[in-house]
Amino acid sequence: MLNALVALMNFVVIPATAYGAQLALGALGVTLIYGILRFSNFAHGDTMAFGTMVTILLTWALQAAGVSLGPLPTALIAMPVGILGAAALLLLTDRFVYRFYRAQRAAPVILVIVSMGVMFVYNGLTRFVIGVDDQRFADGERFILSANAFRDWSGLDEGLALRTTQAITIVTAIIVVAALFWFLNRTRTGKSMRAFSDNEDLALLSGISPERVVMVTWLLVAALATIAGTLYGLDKTFKPFTYFQLLLPIFAAAIVGGLGSPIGAIAGGFIIAFAEVAITYPLRKILSYLLPEAWEPAGLVQLLATEYKFAVSFIILIVVLLIRPTGLFKGKAV
Amino acid sequence: MSNSLRIPLFSGLVALLILGTGMVQGWNSALLILNMGLVSAIMALGVNLQWGFAGLFNVGVMGFVALGGLATVLIAMDPVGPAWEAGGLGILAAMALGAATIVAAILTFRAAPARWRGWATFAVIVVGFTIYRSVFDPARTAVEAVDPAATGFLGGLGLPVVLAWPVGGLLAAGAAWIIGKTALGLRSDYLAIATLGIAEIIIAILKSEDWLSRGVKNVNNIPRPVPDAVELQADPGFIAFASDWGVSVVDAANISIKLGYTAMFSVVLVALLILAQLALNSPWGRMMRAIRDNETAAGAMGKDVTRRHLQIFILGSAVCGMAGAMMTTLDGLLVPSTYQPLRYTFLIWVMVIVGGSGNNYGAVIGGFLVWWLWVQVEPMGAALLAAVTSLMPEGSALADHLMGSAAHMRLLTMGLVLLLVLRFSPRGLVPER
Repeated sequence: MLNALVALMNFVVIPATAYGAQLALGALGVTLIYGILRFSNFAHGDTMAFGTMVTILLTWALQAAGVSLGPLPTALIAMPVGILGAAALLLLTDRFVYRFYRAQRAAPVILVIVSMGVMFVYNGLTRFVIGVDDQRFADGERFILSANAFRDWSGLDEGLALRTTQAITIVTAIIVVAALFWFLNRTRTGKSMRAFSDNEDLALLSGISPERVVMVTWLLVAALATIAGTLYGLDKTFKPFTYFQLLLPIFAAAIVGGLGSPIGAIAGGFIIAFAEVAITYPLRKILSYLLPEAWEPAGLVQLLATEYKFAVSFIILIVVLLIRPTGLFKGKAV
Repeated sequence: MSNSLRIPLFSGLVALLILGTGMVQGWNSALLILNMGLVSAIMALGVNLQWGFAGLFNVGVMGFVALGGLATVLIAMDPVGPAWEAGGLGILAAMALGAATIVAAILTFRAAPARWRGWATFAVIVVGFTIYRSVFDPARTAVEAVDPAATGFLGGLGLPVVLAWPVGGLLAAGAAWIIGKTALGLRSDYLAIATLGIAEIIIAILKSEDWLSRGVKNVNNIPRPVPDAVELQADPGFIAFASDWGVSVVDAANISIKLGYTAMFSVVLVALLILAQLALNSPWGRMMRAIRDNETAAGAMGKDVTRRHLQIFILGSAVCGMAGAMMTTLDGLLVPSTYQPLRYTFLIWVMVIVGGSGNNYGAVIGGFLVWWLWVQVEPMGAALLAAVTSLMPEGSALADHLMGSAAHMRLLTMGLVLLLVLRFSPRGLVPER
């Protein structure tokens, strides 16, 4: 029984929590853009890839120079620079691309198509600089708690491992989300952003500068995207195409939670991540501890092959769209 | 400049580019570009139907194209007898059970009282899924075990490959119906996300369902609608024909086979273009544009907006599926791992936007132009980078890196073209009116 619980923790709960935190950070970025700029940003996955790429390049430079954080990955030092890189790119894009359409008050779907063009350009840039291959940049201690150590300590058959990157992901995500909510709820700029998101015209009447709100939004998005991307890259590996593919679970998370709602984005991220991991993980091991021997399943009891993980986010998305199109937390659906 | 001037002008430009390619790089590569250009133009017509006529944002073009490819395999490949004996019936039964489960779930959801209908539907799905897997898994293992190096799949029906084109359209239409039923009528972004998702799922199915499409082992040697190159080169009549023209037999065979494809594809393109033009100028086309321009007003006039959207969404997707079947016929093989969203979804969008959304001629011209650019940017980018790196010191790491990255110039260029057209000429090369 305890073994089953430990196996569940080790193979489902911990990875899904880390993945969920990464998705939640990504979905927060999408939802912020949706709330303030009012379009679905298809370039978000590639923004994440770009920020991560800058982080990786600096990490390599630091590693070559012999700088390290001891047990923690060096990428944490490089991350602020990655954020700056992504922020510069986003602000430049806003200045030369999005601002024109904002002034025209173009329809949201036009902005979506524009973001598609931006996606092409970011994608090309990232591939141009770092190539299309897998890049590993994690260093430092691999495990906080290794499976063997846990087995010796507890005397159970199943080991429980906690990778450093998973712990860092969860801790960083909590800090970032807390800071973001403090910013949105307590500071003047944050409040003006929420006012702008709720009702643009009223916000303009009360003297809120739209360009400033938009600029702050892009800065926040750059930070969220780079942090999400770097954490994902540390936890798994960095490959530009994977980041593009993350677009689907991230959008699913944002829509499931309710587009435009930050709390919804976080909830959606964890829902998608837990569903994805639980459905594509072979449950045989866990069941074999729980069920009497005669009942032990013959197959792997894997509900869906790993290749179909996109199907999971997709089906959740469809169910939510059918039953509750505004999402769980009442986002804005027009 | 009016459209009656723009259309011949840009068509002439396309012809000039392809003829130029033929003179500089050889007729073989020019015909290669022309044939894929024809397929691209058909895909662009399909997307233009959805976006230009009705304003529907479909980013799952890749999925519909891939379904067309699957249709080619299912229609044209010979059936694999031993595999059918091993598990064909089991797989058919499992498919029927799966479909029955979905129907039962929908009926339960409709019939059960509101309080526990969610749980009842869930229970039906769980039970149905368990039965489905218990029938499906052994059948699939049996089929995939039949000579996995050469077959390991059920094969197709062994019918002429041209039949696969309409069937590809039908498959795509079916997928479009499912998507449209759920996502149309909600806000436009939701359709985009839903189509993005279905495309990824279709590719995942093609990659991992070995019994259906051999997965990543690919399907080779799909029968061709034109004579085989090797047979043609051995045909005495053809050898005499080639020597009359004064070209080598190999070149003559290659070029005449490609011309065969060109002729067949041109017939399809012209037929579809005529149909699309008739549709655009019919009362139905006017209604579509009215809905696109103001859904509320059209709804108030009694038009069923969601139904009309569903209709045109299915039609456009079917055209994309047909083009996908034609493309796989041209390649003669199905390689699921080559389906990349940037190439098969977003590039088609660049074609439609650059050509002129809402104008069928524009979409076709955009298809040819952007395809030509997509093919030619790579050598051009390499030449440009070679010129830049020649200024750098011999053997510098940066120069090597730049030369190695030349292939990625394509995405950058396409993105820039799209952004520039959207910014400075949002109506495209050939505007709607």
